[in-house]
Amino acid sequence: MISMVQTANTNNVTRRYLVEEERDVPINRGMLHGLWALTNRELKKWYKVPVLLFLSIIQPIIWLGLFGKAMNFGALFTGTSFNIPGLNIPKSTLDLIAKQAMLSTFGTTDYFSFLAVGMLSFIILFTAMFSGMSIVWDRRFGFLDKLLSTPVARGSIIMGKVLSSVIRSLAQAAIVLIVAVLLGMDTSKLTVAGLAGTFAAMFLMAMGLSALFLMLALRSTDWQSQMAIMNLLNLPLLFASNALFPSKLMPAWLQVVTKLNPVSYATDAGRQLLLGSPGFAPLGFDFLFLVAFAALFSGFGIFLSWRYLSR
Amino acid sequence: MEQSIDAQTSGENGRTSIIDVEKLTRVFDNKLRAVDSISFKVYEGEIFGFLGPNGAGKTTTIKMLTTLLKPTSGDAVICGHDLRKSPQQVRWSVGVVPQEYTADEDMTGIENIMLFANLYGIPKEIGRKRADELLALVELQDASGRKVSTYSGGMRRRLELACGLVNHPRVLFLDEPTLGLDVQTRTAVWRYIRLLKEEYRMTLFVTTHYLEEADGLCDRVGIIDNGKIVRIGTTSELKASVGGDAIELGIKEKDVDLTSLISGVDKVISVRKEDDHYRIKADMGEETAPAIMDAVRSAGYHVDRISLTKPTLDEVYLEFTGHKLRDEESGNQHVMAQQRTVRRARA
Repeated sequence: MISMVQTANTNNVTRRYLVEEERDVPINRGMLHGLWALTNRELKKWYKVPVLLFLSIIQPIIWLGLFGKAMNFGALFTGTSFNIPGLNIPKSTLDLIAKQAMLSTFGTTDYFSFLAVGMLSFIILFTAMFSGMSIVWDRRFGFLDKLLSTPVARGSIIMGKVLSSVIRSLAQAAIVLIVAVLLGMDTSKLTVAGLAGTFAAMFLMAMGLSALFLMLALRSTDWQSQMAIMNLLNLPLLFASNALFPSKLMPAWLQVVTKLNPVSYATDAGRQLLLGSPGFAPLGFDFLFLVAFAALFSGFGIFLSWRYLSR
Repeated sequence: MEQSIDAQTSGENGRTSIIDVEKLTRVFDNKLRAVDSISFKVYEGEIFGFLGPNGAGKTTTIKMLTTLLKPTSGDAVICGHDLRKSPQQVRWSVGVVPQEYTADEDMTGIENIMLFANLYGIPKEIGRKRADELLALVELQDASGRKVSTYSGGMRRRLELACGLVNHPRVLFLDEPTLGLDVQTRTAVWRYIRLLKEEYRMTLFVTTHYLEEADGLCDRVGIIDNGKIVRIGTTSELKASVGGDAIELGIKEKDVDLTSLISGVDKVISVRKEDDHYRIKADMGEETAPAIMDAVRSAGYHVDRISLTKPTLDEVYLEFTGHKLRDEESGNQHVMAQQRTVRRARA
């Protein structure tokens, strides 16, 4: 009985409100309304659970700390035991040869710094990859249907997920970069402009990759097949790029693949800007490629979402 | 056949239709005709019940009317907007409460409502105000700051209701709003629905397979089976169409046959003698039953018991769809299967 009275009271409030204000509500009917709300919905799930953030960066940090440190290519030459029988090369000359060999191969004198920039691409690739999963879950729980029944732009549903994935991956990349510097990454050529440029390149790659993985998940209701697609794409995208190893030492056919792989261009831009490495491609071309990649896949994603989100 | 579907008296009566469906059809995979050329009208301000067993096409119809599924053929006009030509306009003017619990579990109740306010382009302060009102309406104020994953089934259903109302839609679609709820929560949900109609002057389109609910609540009811509408009308029209009230009459004098005496009473439609009683179908049972008793007594016999049963929608349903139990059972299975899915997905 008490609750009935309460309900009646609240409804009097509602009625008064409806009559007085209903016509004056300035409804935002713009194309972009709701985009930030949708982005923020995804972000909340991430920044409100610090454990998740920690877990997601732990893998690249292990790669850096263990793999990056273990693959100490520089020591191939600088080890004191190394010499060629019959030739008496002074150690300083050997060190010089080693330095040049490292520079011409990796564009920097230590593999750790080379890998550190590759790890930025790694974390972005692996974060973007999961962007497709969220739309599969939304579909399974019916949340997507409810979104689709609202007048929010279909493209915003996709772009909200793309943006949240981009923001998340850039934040994680920043953490990985800080850890890399703490672990001894070469900072002699580090500039603010270089940092900004690197993150711009990473932004473009994250956008294109997130849009790509989301597109693949647009009509999927099945997270297993989505996982399979992710696994099918992630390692090839990683290995057939210059993220872990310079592409110029790869066989010719593999070099062709690395030249088509956006991961290569983002990593290359990062190495040029952070380490001052000679380019795999001119810096301008890196950005051109990445802008085209991001624009193409985002545009395609938005187009497909209008067409295929509803059945 | 097409004309006879609409029970006679529920014509336009000067009311304006807010949903006007014309030969709407949806075919899945080129063979399954989930919704098969249905036509009907829903009038402004009424509660329209859409009844049918599982798989009859109720949800498919709602999904088409809320722009989630594209019709294979046919048309519908909702709030003056053509479903095919301007789906975006339709979305601005309707609200949906889906069958599943779709609220985002990782967010709180109020965050969910605020998100949908934003998606309907409602400015933040007004959205906040509406969220508070709606939370009060569905009595969730105390839980509004809690994550939805801690809510019970009834609370979730009420939250869904609040989310669907945040844009103050002219038409609210409710797909099985009471599915899987206990009796108390069901009663509460229906109370909110009734309030909505009165307070917001909203038109409600409700699907259900709980007949007794449709009976007490809906102004008009459409029965759908196998993708086709088999009957539309007010609940009393539909009940009348199954052939009047049922009267059971017991007479002390078991060995005489009073069939002809009883059938002579005014408004009696049919009489059948069973072992120790008579089954009588009659119009206006409340008046006809005493008249029958008078007729029996004045002929010198003794009535030892009498009962009057008004026809329920159950009978209407049974009459027009030909099945009764099936849907109740599969309904429960459906709920259980759904809960299993959710549980598995969460694990």
